[in-house]
Amino acid sequence: MIPVTSVKTLPEAYALLQARPPGLRVLAGGTDLMVAINARVGLDRIGHVLDIWNVRELRGIALQDNFLRIGALTTYTEIIHSTLVNTQLPALAAVSREVGAWAIQNRGTLGGNVCNASPAGDTLPLLLAADARFLLGGPRGERTVVAEEFFLAYRKTALGADELLLRVDFPLPDAARLAYRKVGTRRAQSISKTLIAVRATPGLREVRIAAGCVAPIPLRCRRAEQAAMSGGDVRAALQLDISPINDIRSTIEYRRLVSANVLLQLLKNMGTPYSLPGRP
Amino acid sequence: MFDKPPTMKHADNSKSTVGHSPPRKDGPDKVTGRARYLDDLAFPGQLWGRTVRSQVPHGRIRSIEFDPRFDWSGIVRVTAADIPGDNIVQLIEDDQPMLAHDMVKHREEPIALLACADRERLEEALLHVDVKIDPLPPVLDLLLSTHVFKSYRIEAGDIKPAFADSSLRVVEGIYRVGHQEQMYIEPNAICAVPREDFGVTIYGSMQCPFYIHRGLQRLLKINDSQIAVIQVVTGGGFGGKEDYPTVLAGHAALLARKAGKPVKMIYKREEDVAATTKRHPAVLRYRTAVKPDGEFVACEIDVVMDGGAYVTLSPVVASRGVLHASGAYRWPHARIDCRVVQTHTPPNGAFRGFGVPQTLFGCEAHVEKIALELGLDPLLVRRKNALVVGDVMPTGQRLTESVSALPVLEAVAARSGYAAKREAAMEAARLPAGSARARKRRGIGLSLALHGAGFTGSGEAHLKSRAGLELTASGARVLSASTDIGQGTITVFSQLAAEALGVPLSMIEVAVNDTSRVPDSGPTVASRTTMVVGGTIARAAEAMARVLQGYVAQTHAVPAGEVCCVGGIFAARGRSLAPFESIARRYLDERGPLVCIEQYELPPGVQWDDAAYRGSAYPCYAWAATAVELEVDLDTYEIKLLDLVTASEFGKAIHPVLAEGQIEGGTVQALGYALLEEHIYVDGRLLNTRMQNYIIPTALDVPPMTTLILENPYSRGPHGAKGLGELPMDGPAPAVAAAVLSAIGKLIPDLPISPERVMKALHAA
Ligand SMILES: Cc1cc2nc3c(=O)[nH]c(=O)nc-3n(C[C@H](O)[C@H](O)[C@H](O)COP(=O)(O)OP(=O)(O)OC[C@H]3O[C@@H](n4cnc5c(N)ncnc54)[C@H](O)[C@@H]3O)c2cc1C
Repeated sequence: MIPVTSVKTLPEAYALLQARPPGLRVLAGGTDLMVAINARVGLDRIGHVLDIWNVRELRGIALQDNFLRIGALTTYTEIIHSTLVNTQLPALAAVSREVGAWAIQNRGTLGGNVCNASPAGDTLPLLLAADARFLLGGPRGERTVVAEEFFLAYRKTALGADELLLRVDFPLPDAARLAYRKVGTRRAQSISKTLIAVRATPGLREVRIAAGCVAPIPLRCRRAEQAAMSGGDVRAALQLDISPINDIRSTIEYRRLVSANVLLQLLKNMGTPYSLPGRP
Repeated sequence: MFDKPPTMKHADNSKSTVGHSPPRKDGPDKVTGRARYLDDLAFPGQLWGRTVRSQVPHGRIRSIEFDPRFDWSGIVRVTAADIPGDNIVQLIEDDQPMLAHDMVKHREEPIALLACADRERLEEALLHVDVKIDPLPPVLDLLLSTHVFKSYRIEAGDIKPAFADSSLRVVEGIYRVGHQEQMYIEPNAICAVPREDFGVTIYGSMQCPFYIHRGLQRLLKINDSQIAVIQVVTGGGFGGKEDYPTVLAGHAALLARKAGKPVKMIYKREEDVAATTKRHPAVLRYRTAVKPDGEFVACEIDVVMDGGAYVTLSPVVASRGVLHASGAYRWPHARIDCRVVQTHTPPNGAFRGFGVPQTLFGCEAHVEKIALELGLDPLLVRRKNALVVGDVMPTGQRLTESVSALPVLEAVAARSGYAAKREAAMEAARLPAGSARARKRRGIGLSLALHGAGFTGSGEAHLKSRAGLELTASGARVLSASTDIGQGTITVFSQLAAEALGVPLSMIEVAVNDTSRVPDSGPTVASRTTMVVGGTIARAAEAMARVLQGYVAQTHAVPAGEVCCVGGIFAARGRSLAPFESIARRYLDERGPLVCIEQYELPPGVQWDDAAYRGSAYPCYAWAATAVELEVDLDTYEIKLLDLVTASEFGKAIHPVLAEGQIEGGTVQALGYALLEEHIYVDGRLLNTRMQNYIIPTALDVPPMTTLILENPYSRGPHGAKGLGELPMDGPAPAVAAAVLSAIGKLIPDLPISPERVMKALHAA
């Protein structure tokens, strides 16, 4: 039996975080955590669960100071139905539609995807390409970490043991557009084999590229960006950025070639007005 | 050209009789959640059981130690030493132990069993059993195995001159298919309840109650009266619950006997996928001699199947496979070899199609290769060689009736728009490589399949299946051991009985499937339930009708020949005499129980020589063609299915809506086989044991489907019906391969046709 503390406010949560019972784990939607518990993966390390599902201040989507601000507990369903997201950051709504299926979208949160920090987390390359910032908070106060500095190593993040992710902020530059393509194992309920996200200005003067499932962390691809902006060999540059592995979903060879193919198509389409990428 | 013109049949819900589609009898309980599966049933004092497995693919057991520091109170432990009778899983050969005691031959081999009332403690206890095994080198590659479980050869004519004839083209190909998991929604589940007579009652999710009924008598050294096996509502089987439940029932029964309490065992998904039977992987080599115009002259086929660690059903799977390896075509000369070999992996077994999806993939993919090498349209090649009435199969069987290879092929070609779409695909392939339109390529392909109905060869003759019905005060009750595992047995049997008795469907009930109470109508496998058992029940119902007509004639003083029952009312000469129920009650009062049981008889002329492997392997065949249209993405190599058309001829659709359900469901399962499903083993250990990583199709992966049903009655089937359940599993995979070939110009010879394989094919030098 694992003790669970359900809280409704941040101060309550912070009190427990300060007390730091051994093996404390945060529970948001539980769609990653419960799977781990069911598979008895790392169970011995879970000593106490802090359930933050009912902390209302961590929910919601707002536009402020040219940032789209999304609370950590906001679910995929909320993102999918948000007019703000659909107008300001339609790619985030689109990728949310591709996460799991309805049940997972109703329960899974953006913050959970970030903190779980799987290299296959579908929103993460988008957050990197969009230059998102994470607001972290805890008994010691609040701080902001840019997405790129948050993912440190395989499933290791900059989140302190006594910190929560509170919010994700997306800068909204006027000219740049965000697009992505997920390549999964089937058309729904699928973990990605590769996912490429690109934010670029017309004419590719400013380009940010990120990739999922092709490195131990969700990866910003700086060499590919440079190549794209300087008219260089994007395919070759991307190969230097990424380091995919063979696993039960796919192969190194496939991930390398398809990541490059997809990236080239995305860059090609960046010149044309943005439209919702349909399912592959 | 056709023996009878096929007709189209459309579903109609308004009537309940044969050929119409009344609501399925088990439907309301299932959709409202009232149906009780094994997990829903409570057994007083029941313990939970779990299995300790080898974890080593091949080796010799040195010791089994139960950690002396662990608190074993309240935990029942069973090893091979506790088995009172024969330590075997009874099936075709006695080679598989119920619990390994000496050698282990696959990683999931059961060695010990534990039971406890508390599931948490049970999980804990599992970690405190230490099995020491001296490992031996495992054989994991079927082509490296020298241990042949069974081999077959079918020969017709003489292939040698054909292959020496320089006017003929020789086409060769090698095709490979892997494991496939049934992925029924309900994992294997059994509860064993010990009895005062030292016997046991088994409740569970299963296809073949009498397999367990017989198998456990030997295991427990009990007699026929000391065991009853009761099938409870079953959440799917697809062959995966043909023989495996005997293992689980044996385990639960051993624990229950020792505990003196009921023991329930329900596999977790991961355990079910890792340990239970799957479709046999196979390597198929085809060598054919054909005329330049596409006419087939000779084939030399060599099939190797991976049986896994023990014989289980492999001989019969391989037999059905080899008998279908030459497809729905005429081959004047043929030599077809098949062997099924041992590897140190969990035994493979029954799965919808039973060897045919493997060999038919090889055959149909090879037909594509022939057309490709000859520069012919594959439809024309199929048309030229498809079997018709009067043709002789490689076993010497002459086809005399109900042959529809050409009608299903033509129906699918017409409905799918095959010719125009193939032309468009060839046009697109001629576009310059760099053009924008070329990022996606469309293609269309088709396949032709046949599937023998009922047991192979002398199987039905040996089985002597019995089924029938008993009169009740409110109608009649069907008695059989055939299980409804979702496919609609209960409804179809009721329709057949109602039709023969002339009563509404509501007056027919189907007896609980309890081996101590129902006759042995054989296993629920081999697309035999409607044709063989349904036909037997219809005959029994006719016999009952005759008895009751005679009785009414006596009681109402009318000539027996003029009495009939229509809509549940007995009548003679246009005059109503009495409702069926009142006659039934009177009969039961006056004369006592009325039970009519019939035994299945093979149609005359259906003969099979097991030694020579010649004769009529099946009394009749069902036929299907499938056309698939798809699009290949040249960036991701993903395949998107755009449209699918099937035409199936299985004699007569007793219940057209259920039949369509079988066709659609089987087709989706086959599309998974074609495109997605692949098991990944490392050192004999299966890595993808969960629904998360063993990829089956979702609703979004399924294209729009058109399901055409042609009818061409078989004279010896009930109302002309043949078998349908497995047929839809056979054709879709090669149709997908053909469509991919049409789209990208490459024939991918291995399943599944994954994006990774498409990439390799396109980038191969
Ligand atoms: C069937 C299924 C399908 C799925 N499909 C996809 C898919 O297609 N794409 C995809 O990317 N993912 C998928 N997932 C994974 C999962 O749904 C997502 O990662 C989801 O976003 C996790 O959110 P959650 O709120 O459920 O996280 P939880 O399970 O509650 O938490 C995940 C981790 O993050 C930590 N955490 C959560 N919130 C916070 C916070 N605010 N502060 C600090 N730590 C926190 C938890 O401690 C835990 O370690 C799927 C999962 C399932 C079960």
